[in-house]
Amino acid sequence: MTRRAAYEARQRRRANTIAGLSTLAVVALVVVLVPLAPGWEAVQRSFFDGETFVNTFPTLLRAFLLDVAIFAWSVPLIFALGLAIALARGAQSAALFPLRIFGAIYVDLFRGIPVVLLVYLVGFGVPGLGLPRPWNSPYIWGTVALVLTYSAYVAEVLRSGIESIHASQRNAAICLGLNSRDTMRYVILPQAIRRVVPANMNMLVALQKDVALLSFIGPVEILRQAGIYKSLLANFTPYVVAAVIFLCVTVPATRYADYLLNKDRNARS
Amino acid sequence: MPDPRLSLRGVTKSFDDVPVLRGIDLDIGPGELVCLIGASGSGKSTLLRCMNGLEPVDDGEVRFDGVDIAEPGFDLAPIRQRIGIVFQSFNLFPHMSAYENVALAPARVLGETDAARPRIEALFNRFGLADHMTKYPDQLSGGQQQRVAVIRALAMRPETLLLDEITSALDPELVGEVLDVLRKLRDDGMTMVLATHEMGFARDVADRVVFMDQGVVAEDGAPEDIFSNPKRDRTRAFLSSVLR
Repeated sequence: MTRRAAYEARQRRRANTIAGLSTLAVVALVVVLVPLAPGWEAVQRSFFDGETFVNTFPTLLRAFLLDVAIFAWSVPLIFALGLAIALARGAQSAALFPLRIFGAIYVDLFRGIPVVLLVYLVGFGVPGLGLPRPWNSPYIWGTVALVLTYSAYVAEVLRSGIESIHASQRNAAICLGLNSRDTMRYVILPQAIRRVVPANMNMLVALQKDVALLSFIGPVEILRQAGIYKSLLANFTPYVVAAVIFLCVTVPATRYADYLLNKDRNARS
Repeated sequence: MPDPRLSLRGVTKSFDDVPVLRGIDLDIGPGELVCLIGASGSGKSTLLRCMNGLEPVDDGEVRFDGVDIAEPGFDLAPIRQRIGIVFQSFNLFPHMSAYENVALAPARVLGETDAARPRIEALFNRFGLADHMTKYPDQLSGGQQQRVAVIRALAMRPETLLLDEITSALDPELVGEVLDVLRKLRDDGMTMVLATHEMGFARDVADRVVFMDQGVVAEDGAPEDIFSNPKRDRTRAFLSSVLR
């Protein structure tokens, strides 16, 4: 072992020891101090009841599949609409000026409204028009609310990706005789979409959580099912179960997005 | 002299009130290889970009086979297929293989999806890249990337090729392989305009050397005249600073 390697190994051991000890100290403090709080026993009973956890878990997991389904059919709609809006905002010709304005207003409007508010407005408002079944379904209008909000975000992300592609790429394509449509489709967009994959992954994680907001307008997905159990059993543990189930999906997805982001950063530096 | 392929008259161009081209008159004959030399900022690159309309000129005429392509509003797309351009920084499409880079424009612009394949493969063969067609730009050396960029321009069967300092971003040992490509094209009779700092190449291979200084053509003549017997003081000053 070289002198430098020996020194670095020593430094690393020292750092690991300190990190281990300080982590242990913090965990010990939490374990000791939290149960000393006056309300701890009541909280433990109503939030961390083992039996309730086990009993409600299967049903809540099944209810979560509905969240996954809503997520799954929303994603393609969000990306299709987001891409259309991003392209509309970049429209160059004078005749398409209204399209550009529409894109700008759309993005400002739907990024500016809290998702939950939009879910209420669209989810209760549109069926209120007295539409016949199945067009009054909260699944449809809840999905519409999610798609409106998230496509606005995705449009912005895509637009930033499109603008990040260096002008020399566009020049190279145009000098080969490609028209602006083919330049966008074959040269700019494939690179732009690749570049914003990490940002869109984070968006998908946020969407998966926001699907639970549809519980406010009817669908018995995991949050609403947990609420039903809470009323039935007079216990909050089902909410903790729901949180755990969400984390099982969102934590790996977030880590994966971070991994992609780092890989992308390293590739470009 | 036959009718010039490219003919520039009184071409001016400014960027934000900074004049870059201040009245260029220049004729490029068919099959000629013309080297543009001059200090950085003398307007060589801008002049090349004006020759295919990538930069719109402010005033003056750019005639390509007699047609004024500098006319504001002129549809440049058909002309651009006939004037290839290769850039200093290659500008290959990084998400496509070397072959896909070359095949895109023939497929989309000429409608030759499969018809172009033999032609493209022949070009890769001819310029020593037959083994690299499926590689991506970041798997190729600078010299290989630049040769792919030349092939990409040639696949559109241009009559004229504009080359913008195409060896300036290369390591010295890779310059030769790219210049060899130009020698072959010259033997084919391709009309070429090359902005370059490779004085040795300009002296050996060019039919004409054009010295640019501060946005005008300061001297224009056969390479032996320009390099051995420059008439203007500023040509002499420039050459003595680069040829040491």
